Amino acid sequence: MLTLYGETLASRLLLGTAQYPSPAIMAEAVRASACETVTVSLRRETTGNRTGGQFLELIRELGVRILPNTAGCHSVKEAVITAQMARELFGTDWIKLEVIGHHDTLQPDVFGLVEAARILSSEGFKVFPYTTDDLVVAERLLEAGCAVLMPWCAPIGSARGPVNVDGLRAIRAHFPDVPLIVDAGLGRPSHAAMVMELGFDAVLLNTAVAKASDPVAMAAAFAEVVEAGRNAFLAGPLEPRDMAVPSTPVIGKAVFE
Amino acid sequence: MHVLIRGAGVAGLTLAHELVRAGTQVTVCDIRSGPAGSASWLAGGMLAPWCERENAEEPVLTLGRLAADWWDAALPGHVTRNGTLVVAPARDAAELDRFAARTGGHEWLDGNAVALLEPDLAGRFRRGLFFRDEAHLEPRQAMTTLSAALKTAGVRFAYGNDTPAEADRIADCTGMAFADKELRGVRGEMLLLQTEEISLSRPVRLLHPRIPVYIVPREGHHFMVGATMIESDDDGPISARSTMELLNAAYSLHPAFAEAKIVETGAGVRPAYADNLPRVKQTREGISVNGLYRHGFLLSPAMAQEAAALILNERVEAFDEAHG
Repeated sequence: MLTLYGETLASRLLLGTAQYPSPAIMAEAVRASACETVTVSLRRETTGNRTGGQFLELIRELGVRILPNTAGCHSVKEAVITAQMARELFGTDWIKLEVIGHHDTLQPDVFGLVEAARILSSEGFKVFPYTTDDLVVAERLLEAGCAVLMPWCAPIGSARGPVNVDGLRAIRAHFPDVPLIVDAGLGRPSHAAMVMELGFDAVLLNTAVAKASDPVAMAAAFAEVVEAGRNAFLAGPLEPRDMAVPSTPVIGKAVFE
Repeated sequence: MHVLIRGAGVAGLTLAHELVRAGTQVTVCDIRSGPAGSASWLAGGMLAPWCERENAEEPVLTLGRLAADWWDAALPGHVTRNGTLVVAPARDAAELDRFAARTGGHEWLDGNAVALLEPDLAGRFRRGLFFRDEAHLEPRQAMTTLSAALKTAGVRFAYGNDTPAEADRIADCTGMAFADKELRGVRGEMLLLQTEEISLSRPVRLLHPRIPVYIVPREGHHFMVGATMIESDDDGPISARSTMELLNAAYSLHPAFAEAKIVETGAGVRPAYADNLPRVKQTREGISVNGLYRHGFLLSPAMAQEAAALILNERVEAFDEAHG
């Protein structure tokens, strides 16, 4: 079981709710994946008195845990205000914290991220920071009060899969006891399987499912590999070797001819 | 039989047309003083079922492919059948492959072929997709002309506080104003630009992973740039961010748009059901036609035909048939 900020979850797949062909297909994909947590983007212009009421109602009806996010926020102040609005709107302390450095590449502004994480943690938020695989930034985020880290494996929406496997191994090895969720950059189920085999605790996806030809089937496919990848990690996968190693005993054979 | 249609947007007007053609007495009422102000007034007017299929379910294609012929028959001369051109900035070239994989009815163009279709885009795009069978119309002209034609055909229009007469059946086509708990609003924002420095012969879609936009050429060197899709029923003025994104997209299609005049900005709320597909529903007073989402001009003809058939008790359920 996965424990995030004291909450226990059976599913290690978290899904985003944006970009689906329709809310109905989004809901079906969430059900097909059996995921228990969905992220909801709160664009500031949609909040306030006149919220995206019916859409949020549809998400609430899914009966899963909501992890609001601060997608699209470019400054600490903006992210903090959005988080506060989200807490009020959804009645949860959980917040996926995004502070975007580039409008274009959506690369996180890690300096602003640490600052916003510190402010929000001091206000009682349970912060899920979207960050890079930089170890020092990760340390700063933990110092700032985060108890979960969400490193990317490639830029948001790029569908590239893990572009820096060594970096992912390093962050996993460095923080063996911190729940690590790979957020952003996964394109295919095999990418998710790969990071789960590396020992990551969960994955968060959106585009890879929402923009698939059949989002519902793709959500189910991701759910399967996330579980398989986790089981493989627990089972202890073999490390690659440089030469062939026979699987049958060679005693009694003249192998050194 | 006398049918009162509430709502003079594209859903109401197309239904009026279908009913009048069948010899029914029709009154159209709207709390507005004219067609301006409805969601349809802000529409792009693209009759692009193949492109829309990229992010919509099958009925949008099966029902939408009838639209160009319907509008052509109803309003001869208003439909421009020049297809749709889809391009992507070099950096987002993968989006074009993805779009092609998700749609049909297109052909690949190289840079020269793009330039042959749209000379002003010469040298700007190495590849493009051409949807030859798609069409477009100017929504405001179409609504104005259709209203006038309906008046000539005997339809009474009751705008503003004008009280309509008693009717046998009521068809509600009021979009978000209709009390239906299943409806949600999807905010859309658009710009109208004017420049003589560039001309286009057809709607051009510029793909982007997050901010796909279309630019539809209109008379008088106008270009409609749209449209955002925001899960909200807020119909307040366009946001700075959306303006910036739409302008950025126009600028990346062609730098000449940087010098264009912004002659209008608009924001409205599209009525949508959870599957983003329209519905004809039976109500206590008659029927409702709603949930046309971003497909008002594309799907209202099919919905009008289904609604008219229901009212005239023929019960041809086009929508259910399309669902298989």
